[in-house]
Amino acid sequence: MRITVTVDGTTYTDEVEPRKLLVHHLRETIGKTGTVVGCDTSNCGSCTVHLNGQSVKSCSVLAVQADGAEVTTIEGLARDGVLHPVQQAFHDNHALQCGFCTPGMIMQSIDLLADDPDPDEDTVRHGLEGNLCRCTGYQNIVRAVQDAAQKLKPGSHQPVGGQ
Amino acid sequence: MTATAEPEVGKARLRKEDARLITGRTRWTDNLSVPGLLHLAFLRSPVAHAKITSIDVEEARHRPGVIAVFTGRDLAEAQGSLPCAWPITADQKAPTAPSLAVDQVNFAGEAVAVVVARGNAEAHDALEAIEVEYEDLPVVLDMTAAVADGADLVHADLGTNKSAHWVFDSAEAGTGGDVEQAIADAEVLIERTYRQQRLIPAFMEPRSVLVDPTGEQTTVWSATQIPHILRLMLALTTGTPEHKLRVIAPDVGGGFGGKLQVTPEEVVSLVVATRLGKPVKWTETRSESLLSAHHGRDQVQKLTLAARRDGTVTGLKVDLLADMGAYLRLVTPGVPILGAFMFNAIYKFPAYRFACTNVFTNKTPTDAYRGAGRPEATFAIERLMDELAAELGRDPIELREQNWIKHDEFPFTTVCGLEYDTGNYEAATAKAKEMFGYDALRAEQRERRERGDVVQLGIGTSTFTEMCGLAPSRVLGSLSYGAGGWEHAAIRVLPSGKVEVVTGSSAHGQGHETAWSQIVADQLGVPFEDVEVLHGDTQSSPKGLDTYGSRSLTVGAMAVLKAGEKVIRKARRIAAHTMECAEDDLEFSGGKFTVKGTERSTGLTDVALAVFAAHDLPDGVEPSLDSEATFDPDNFSFPHGTHLCAVEVDTETGFVKIRKYVCVDDVGVVVNPIIVEGQVHGGLAQGLAQALYEEAVHDESGTLTTGTLADYLVPSAVDLPHFDTDRTETPSTTNQLGVKGVGEAGTIASTPAVVNAVVDAVRHYGVNDIQMPCTPMRVWTAINGGPTDAGGLGGEAGGGLGSIDTSGGVA
Repeated sequence: MRITVTVDGTTYTDEVEPRKLLVHHLRETIGKTGTVVGCDTSNCGSCTVHLNGQSVKSCSVLAVQADGAEVTTIEGLARDGVLHPVQQAFHDNHALQCGFCTPGMIMQSIDLLADDPDPDEDTVRHGLEGNLCRCTGYQNIVRAVQDAAQKLKPGSHQPVGGQ
Repeated sequence: MTATAEPEVGKARLRKEDARLITGRTRWTDNLSVPGLLHLAFLRSPVAHAKITSIDVEEARHRPGVIAVFTGRDLAEAQGSLPCAWPITADQKAPTAPSLAVDQVNFAGEAVAVVVARGNAEAHDALEAIEVEYEDLPVVLDMTAAVADGADLVHADLGTNKSAHWVFDSAEAGTGGDVEQAIADAEVLIERTYRQQRLIPAFMEPRSVLVDPTGEQTTVWSATQIPHILRLMLALTTGTPEHKLRVIAPDVGGGFGGKLQVTPEEVVSLVVATRLGKPVKWTETRSESLLSAHHGRDQVQKLTLAARRDGTVTGLKVDLLADMGAYLRLVTPGVPILGAFMFNAIYKFPAYRFACTNVFTNKTPTDAYRGAGRPEATFAIERLMDELAAELGRDPIELREQNWIKHDEFPFTTVCGLEYDTGNYEAATAKAKEMFGYDALRAEQRERRERGDVVQLGIGTSTFTEMCGLAPSRVLGSLSYGAGGWEHAAIRVLPSGKVEVVTGSSAHGQGHETAWSQIVADQLGVPFEDVEVLHGDTQSSPKGLDTYGSRSLTVGAMAVLKAGEKVIRKARRIAAHTMECAEDDLEFSGGKFTVKGTERSTGLTDVALAVFAAHDLPDGVEPSLDSEATFDPDNFSFPHGTHLCAVEVDTETGFVKIRKYVCVDDVGVVVNPIIVEGQVHGGLAQGLAQALYEEAVHDESGTLTTGTLADYLVPSAVDLPHFDTDRTETPSTTNQLGVKGVGEAGTIASTPAVVNAVVDAVRHYGVNDIQMPCTPMRVWTAINGGPTDAGGLGGEAGGGLGSIDTSGGVA
């Protein structure tokens, strides 16, 4: 099937198999390898991207379902070389070690902050429940999300929500 | 050249590595491609033990996109036997371990055929067209049954399921007394059998390998912890000349010991790529990973602790059964041996005997998993110390203090013959108790018990040490390990004054690029940003023994430091020549050589440029400002710490909630406090997971019932608490940096702290043991007087508690 998807601001039209998952379309066809695959049961969240502004696990969406949609991946967050505040907060708070889960964590965190701009620790932990990390024990990730929330408070020029 | 204003070592430097990781500009193996790439998919055995009577791959060969299909028989000559580098005894039994099964499968998940196709999806599609007929053999799952007379055999040709029997006896070794005498003389005996459940490393990046044989050298990219060891082992296993192999570990998404391996898939990928003359890639699914990447732990520990009524421990006897699974992988037999030296932990009891039988079963092979042997040992002794305290009506911390090595007794030679260089258990414990609010929590615990609160409070203590910095090569040799414990490094000062550091220690999340830059910046007086660290490629980093066992800083960074010393020595000679003074007249500081007592100076950058120009060098000095060095430690290092955990146990549901977790670790000198803290957090998460959540479970047919992340419970952010961490700093005297290693600390210490807390919360119900993971069902059952091994995540047949003495369970 022929589909058109706008990914990180660029529009791509491609022929895809109906069974192809969005994550594989992003990685293999479009070349957006920042989004990664960590499991085959939608448990790990490493493949999280924004589909029309909402976080989704791109392993649980068919590529054809994204026809006409706007997708933001980790590679589309930084603007003009300036990191998104959540990316910056992950760096500032040592919220990653091997970094494999990080793209998904960051995409999920941005969506979480769009829903609740000032989350307490418990809210952050629940908001990240679908994203697994094996390195950090989550503490610094939680801290990073709360740090980003402070930096994104009114007065900041940084938008929340990628595209 | 700008001299750094303050020392880099000790500074909370944000990581260099993050820039690519937070923006998705990463080189995971599965992100890589080369022209003409083909994809591999493996067909895996659905049964745990069977003869292969036939494999029909004809239909699969004709499926769309399929280039070739190979069975074990097709590759038998080329695939070799997978290596085991640690024969712990001369008479160790080891089966042939083919990468693709040839006549027989010995665990569910063992690969039996491989499809090569143009696309990954086509390769997986074609697996369905392969017909395999199996003739079932009896399945051996329970270690105790496996070593009984007349047991069914995993490998009939070996004639036994016992791989090796290894003993350390302090009386025989001359390092301590006779444990049987200690037991005979004991006023108190604590006898228990503990089970270390089988765990799965579950690194987040699935394993992946890409082999390109089309160049002058064959290049292997692999998500591995051990590019150097892998290169050698692939050469030895497949007969590929070593100099024709280049192994690259690009960005690697976690390891935890799980990528310390020469995998069947790496060997098959190399063999298939070579045979076809085409590049191939294989990336596992998570289900494949859980099933066939090696598992960890899986021991049954029979323990006897001897003590006097006054609380003095007089001896410990350990009898282990260690599950090897179906084959011996790279260091499988040695994992319990690493633990053998840690059962005595921080205590100075005088008699010790350790005996271990390594057992084959029809399960996924085991091997190193975070801590490798040491968490198992620490769990046992720390649980026993709590049981002794309960028996004697003593406070568990006070009892530990009575038995541990005092600060002024270091260096101390243990009952195993290890010399602990430094430590201060008093300081770490005092700090931890204060942070924890120990006395207040004990008071609350008493109050809740008296009140008969539905939610009971438990307090768990764990004091630990481990041996890091693997290892002095001569010691590894004495333990029959197949390699040394040195590490290699090189430093190249480029003509512009920028510095390249080459390290044999290959990182997968530990922040080597940052920490090594800090060390070199201080040593050479160059800016942190001017240092580039190269690792994980046998071409740019030709020598090394890679990353495991918390050896990177203690051994790897020491090699870097030695290489740096050589660079400074050479630069000094050149600077003295240029400045026409004696070498001894020069002081080196902040990147500059200064003539003592004068303002005359020249920078390292000037020297580097002079070396490049080579117009006027001292006689016999080659025009380069670089050096290489290896470091082989004289001893292990011994980080230690005190961990305290408070849990709330709902006695009506058995649900355990961690109320507070405090730890004070002493890892010697800290190069980068945020990296250290991060390593501790991650370690704690894995240790807590063993205590409360994770267990690889097989059903009675040997099928892994926890074969997806929906069943195998890797904890999420919701499942883990906030950790209060701090540290004391007692520098190691084993190495010049004073560092001790930190990667495994949290995992080793936290499991017993949590289980001690859970048992403590419900001890007044007559409970003195709960099998890990302490699931609500197990805790509830223990409170209500049932057997403590009930209520796992699924079937327990493979767990092997059936015939083990559980009298130490519910009182």
